[in-house]
Amino acid sequence: MLAYIVRRLLYALPILIGVNLITFALFFVVNTPDDMARMQLGVKRVTPEAIAKWKAERGYDRPLFINAEAAGTGVVTETIFFAKSVRMFAGDFGRAEDGRDIAREIRLRMEPSLAIAVPTFILGLLVSVSFALLLTFFRAGSLDFWGVFVCVAMMSISGLFYIIGGQYLVSKLWRLVPISGYAGGFDAWKFLILPVVIGVVSGIGASTRWYRTMFLEEIAKDYVRTARAKGLSEVVVLFRHVLRNALIPILTGVVVVIPLLFMGSLLSESFFGIPGLGSYTIDAINAQDFAVVRAMVFIGSLLYIIGLILTDLSYTLVDPRIRFV
Amino acid sequence: MDFLPVLLWSDLLIWALVAVAAASGWLSARSPLLRAAWRRVGSHRTGMGSATVLVVFGVIGLLDSLHYRPALVAPTGEPMAAASRQGTAYSVEVLSLLDRLLASLRARSEKTYSEPLATRAYAKEAIDLRDADGRLRQIRDYPRLKYGGAHLGDDEARRYADIVQRLLQALALAAAIWCTLAGVTVAVLARAGDCTLRAAWRRIWRNQTDFAWNAVLIVLACLLACALPLAGLADDYHVFGTDKVGQDVLYQILKSVRTALVIGLVTTLVMLPLAVVLGVMAGYFRGWVDDVIQYLYTTLSSIPGVLLIAAAVLMMQVLIDTHPQWFATAAERADLRLLALCLILGLTSWTGLCRLLRGETLKLRELEFIQAAQAFGVPDLRIIARHIVPNLMHIVIIALVMDFSSLVLAEAVLSYVGIGVDPTMISFGTMINNARMELAREPMVWWSLSAAFSFMLALVLAANLLADAVREAFDPRLAGAI
Repeated sequence: MLAYIVRRLLYALPILIGVNLITFALFFVVNTPDDMARMQLGVKRVTPEAIAKWKAERGYDRPLFINAEAAGTGVVTETIFFAKSVRMFAGDFGRAEDGRDIAREIRLRMEPSLAIAVPTFILGLLVSVSFALLLTFFRAGSLDFWGVFVCVAMMSISGLFYIIGGQYLVSKLWRLVPISGYAGGFDAWKFLILPVVIGVVSGIGASTRWYRTMFLEEIAKDYVRTARAKGLSEVVVLFRHVLRNALIPILTGVVVVIPLLFMGSLLSESFFGIPGLGSYTIDAINAQDFAVVRAMVFIGSLLYIIGLILTDLSYTLVDPRIRFV
Repeated sequence: MDFLPVLLWSDLLIWALVAVAAASGWLSARSPLLRAAWRRVGSHRTGMGSATVLVVFGVIGLLDSLHYRPALVAPTGEPMAAASRQGTAYSVEVLSLLDRLLASLRARSEKTYSEPLATRAYAKEAIDLRDADGRLRQIRDYPRLKYGGAHLGDDEARRYADIVQRLLQALALAAAIWCTLAGVTVAVLARAGDCTLRAAWRRIWRNQTDFAWNAVLIVLACLLACALPLAGLADDYHVFGTDKVGQDVLYQILKSVRTALVIGLVTTLVMLPLAVVLGVMAGYFRGWVDDVIQYLYTTLSSIPGVLLIAAAVLMMQVLIDTHPQWFATAAERADLRLLALCLILGLTSWTGLCRLLRGETLKLRELEFIQAAQAFGVPDLRIIARHIVPNLMHIVIIALVMDFSSLVLAEAVLSYVGIGVDPTMISFGTMINNARMELAREPMVWWSLSAAFSFMLALVLAANLLADAVREAFDPRLAGAI
């Protein structure tokens, strides 16, 4: 088992390096640092001196890959690639446009992101699985038909609508919770409840339909027929046999996203003014803060890879047939 | 010539897509398996109903994909050609055939917000009035709209009667058109089925036809009943109101359709070759080819989609901003940005389909008929083209129709985040983005947002329902299940 984990971690390394190269190419080769400087400084103030100053302040004034002028290891380390890309592996993301340390900012903003993403995830999973089980129980009936239709309709509504509509209805019309904002500690609940509910509701359609397909696939199998032949009730069959076995395909889709919960949800965080990583990313995109976007891309892919490994490990927990050597 | 045809890149791709669709339709008509599957789609009632809706959206999008630049007309009314010797001068504004059809909607913009079907503006303003004795007086009132209900003159009270009259006229016309269409359908079916008109009519409504004519006719009735009143009222009113800069919301909605279609369709054009070629190669050749391709798609898919799109769009923005000389008109720049967005979306979304196709190819290549072909010494490329790709078609078709709706939804979110289409390009996303603060106004401005959301819902819901029908017909696992 341990050997397997180590091997998987080693496999992850080339992927991370690949991600790093892709982002590096996107940010520095497609556009030169000069272009970025011009963009950041605006059209009016662009003088060669201003550009040089901007680049020097941010360490973009070095060569891309090989610094022929430096001595010793400096040939490699005194370059943009080393300073901006390789050092990410050590958790050093540099500074944002406003001069703050990105790594520290990320640590600060992680908590609000988790506070909104984890409840959304757990509640969403519970609600969708039970809804899907209900539809499976009444399969091929009119409840099933209309349930699936409602799911498709809910999938077809833009996520923006749920947020805008929910905010208008609950916060503006009924005045139940504040429209936006955040507070630390236990006071956070009244800021979190609406985004969580909206997150759950907007996710129900797609996931319920998906889980229902999984359950239906399982229910057509022979062991289910055997279970029914033994005289087990339909409810017992569903919970003890179908649910457990359908967990395996469901896990594939679900465990992958757990680490990504750290990243928060882009839309609802920015709508509800929650100072998490999602709104941090959106602000960075709007301010065209390349360093922050680059850092978030790196962290996001790191978390995704962790998610993939976790998925494989979780298989061993739910399916005793799978063993890793 | 009083116009100069302009071929935008996205137009070219849209029409190329139409050609590809026609060609693949012709090809699949030759294969009995696919023909049977499409026939199953045709007998699916919700599927065909939503297909009818999609056809209407498609026609709007295609009309909006024929662009031209009108000739500039000198104030004297003569073409500018007489004045300048270099030939006719053309406007820098790129218009489409749809703009031409909706010329009245496009041109009649008010000063600012106005409610749907209103004759007066949304906010009070200072208005100069002349008294009976000729003195100038200022009052604060809701100013009369320049175009909305202008034909009523001072007789604003007649508005309701006028609207109802127009509605009734439009509905009567809709009923007449629908009856004609239904009559033609019945006549054609009766002729083909060699039965009386009455029998054909009964067969349609008892769902005994091969094709789901009843669903198509019902949806057509709904569409006509919605579209004709809109058209009848749109001449003299702003049916969905006007937005902040006074532009008609109905016009914006109709223009958004093309953007949504381009995003949903052209992206698949980018994604498809990548996914099919790489997926089949990885599954068929295995070994190091498989390793390389797997590495490629794992790497790409491990970057969270939104962030990769954001990074790529940011970089593209820098590229476009630093090279203004590439574009003759603003429309061309917006168009290129739209295409780049499609390209980026395509590059980030091919990995899922590629993984599916690789898995399926791995399974297929172990089957007897392919092993037999290999034993006979059929070249690999030929095996792939003849035996593998046709057997993957159902996955490809299902993936295409399923992706369409998610791409349309993604456009709105991306435009909201600021990494979507060009802000000057009208799309559902930019409409929602511009209207995001309007609900907070007092009194509330609800029409722009609700119009955008409901039309987007209609488009996406129709696409999703059609996707379900297509999946049911093509997916062998679903055949006979449930």
